[in-house]
Amino acid sequence: MTKVLLVGIDGSKCGERALEYAAEWAAASGHQLIVAHVIEWSPFTFNTPQENEERHQRREAELERAHQEIIDPVVDALRERRIMARGVIRHGHAAETLGLIAEEFGVHNIIIGKVGTSRIRAQLFGSVAISMVQVSPRPVTVVP
Amino acid sequence: MPNYHRGSRFVAAIAALCTTLTAQAQDGIDQRIDEAIRPVADTVAGFIFSSFSVAGVPVPYVLVWLLLAAIIFTLYFRFINLRAFRHGFQLVRGDYSDPMAAGEVTHFQALATALSGTVGLGNIAGVAIAVSLGGPGATLWMILAGLLGMSSKFVECTLGVKYRNEYTDGTVSGGPMYYLSKGLAERGPRLAKLGRVLAVMFAVFCVGGSFGGGNMFQANQSFKQLVAVTGGDVSWLADKGWLFGVVIAILVGLVIIGGIQGIARVTSKIVPLMAVIYVTAGLAIIALHLPELPSAVAAIFTGAFSAEGIAGGAIGVLIQGIRRAAFSNEAGIGSAAIAHSAVRTNRPVTEGFVALYEPFVDTVVVCTITALVIIITGSWDPSVDPSQGVALTSAAFESTISWFPWVLTVAVVLFAFSTMISWSYYGLKAWTYLFGESLVTDAVYKVLFLLFVVAGASMQLGSVIDFSDAMIFAMAFPNVLGIYFLLPTVKRELDEYWADYKAGRLRKFGKAARRG
Repeated sequence: MTKVLLVGIDGSKCGERALEYAAEWAAASGHQLIVAHVIEWSPFTFNTPQENEERHQRREAELERAHQEIIDPVVDALRERRIMARGVIRHGHAAETLGLIAEEFGVHNIIIGKVGTSRIRAQLFGSVAISMVQVSPRPVTVVP
Repeated sequence: MPNYHRGSRFVAAIAALCTTLTAQAQDGIDQRIDEAIRPVADTVAGFIFSSFSVAGVPVPYVLVWLLLAAIIFTLYFRFINLRAFRHGFQLVRGDYSDPMAAGEVTHFQALATALSGTVGLGNIAGVAIAVSLGGPGATLWMILAGLLGMSSKFVECTLGVKYRNEYTDGTVSGGPMYYLSKGLAERGPRLAKLGRVLAVMFAVFCVGGSFGGGNMFQANQSFKQLVAVTGGDVSWLADKGWLFGVVIAILVGLVIIGGIQGIARVTSKIVPLMAVIYVTAGLAIIALHLPELPSAVAAIFTGAFSAEGIAGGAIGVLIQGIRRAAFSNEAGIGSAAIAHSAVRTNRPVTEGFVALYEPFVDTVVVCTITALVIIITGSWDPSVDPSQGVALTSAAFESTISWFPWVLTVAVVLFAFSTMISWSYYGLKAWTYLFGESLVTDAVYKVLFLLFVVAGASMQLGSVIDFSDAMIFAMAFPNVLGIYFLLPTVKRELDEYWADYKAGRLRKFGKAARRG
């Protein structure tokens, strides 16, 4: 039975290693692979009126940039390797959003890198990997 | 980055202006600015606050206008301010927010932005003035005006979202200028003309309000607090209001002209924190004086109805309470509709529900806490000079928490700063509505705004407060008049939505969906 794997990428080296791990898994097993990128965003921030006015426009630009620079090249490359891949881009809190995507697509396993784009931030605020392990509704594989 | 180059040129221009000012005699600059502006400010204020007499007490027409509107809206929508309170909370929490729309402006963000604009010196200094002039009883009327004002906010913010302009580049613009012109046009050609006139009137007064209450008053009172905490009359800063004004003008200028959102982003993190600190300190003081709370509450009730020794008696008390509430939470003024209109929703009335929380938080919570602290610590005193607005609040807190004036100073400057950022936006929207969008009109308004920051910090409170109040209240005239014509429109939206809500047709998301 074809299962669905989910890999979260953020443009970091660790994310790339997680992607490669997930790709090998998908290629070997024939599972589908969803490549997800979460743009960090919180619904509970205090903005200036100017920021709110421009928010919709910025959101579109962020989605466009994420597609072109992060997701689309990756998905294309995976498809060339005969992997059933698709890309998903969402705004939100990374760990929580990956969990929501996992539930939405009936994901079997979530694969993420151990450390994201900022090591210091991870040390101070905890990393997505740690949050993921705690809140995920599905099994999580953390790739170092 | 063209924004940055343009910004640095104008900041340089302001710096040059300061240098020429300092080249002249430093003594009396404050005085000179005050003398230049005061006659104009007094005339304008006198006109807008024209009053009629009730038992020998002058009652300003605008206050009756606002209070009557709030009462009519509350009754017309059958106490929507109470009925929708819980649902408003659910909306702010995100229970009805589609995850697919993540990344757009949320109800919480629209509310928070609007609150950043309204929570300011009015909550701190304004309340002190009200309680000084009107006695503790003014608090009751202030709370009542706050509760009734929730209905006004509901109506204007619903309209703000319904009639906003959504441009092809994805930006949105909303507010009374649009709902007055577009909304009334829907109701017929003759009303269309009235709508356009009201929209222009509103825009003119909004520009005035952005220079007055949203600007000068904030600069003035934050400066006064800085002086008080650095030694009062003997402070080095005592006669250097213009200098403080220039520094603040530069910081504001960096954000609004230079587009350096970083500063605004920092303040937007700190302002809610300061608000929490302020409220916590206030609650702590009330808790520490708990045995005196009953007598303070008693003083509020008796003061509201008997008011011996207060100028104007019970009517005078009422006026002070309502005036401060209106100035603080801006219900019926229309400014918040500009901020709330950026929310992402296809049901305008939802933002109306969310907007209920604005006067509630601003007046019923924050202003009341300020008032209780002043009353409980016995800091209110009818013989105290009302121009010492923020100093009185500072003294009230200081009597229990000796180091609090320093925290209050930081809070006051930050609140003033965030209010100025918000109001510069509202004023700019009004200005460009009148004069069109272009780099030049943009720049002219912003430079004027910054000059008023300096003026506000330099002037004496009396003229500043009257002018500030006057401009803010003037906005209420076209706003409320237009809203009366649009009430049936809002009622239709509300009835449709409420039916959906009660029938369970509204989709919940996330944890709320799982709760059922």
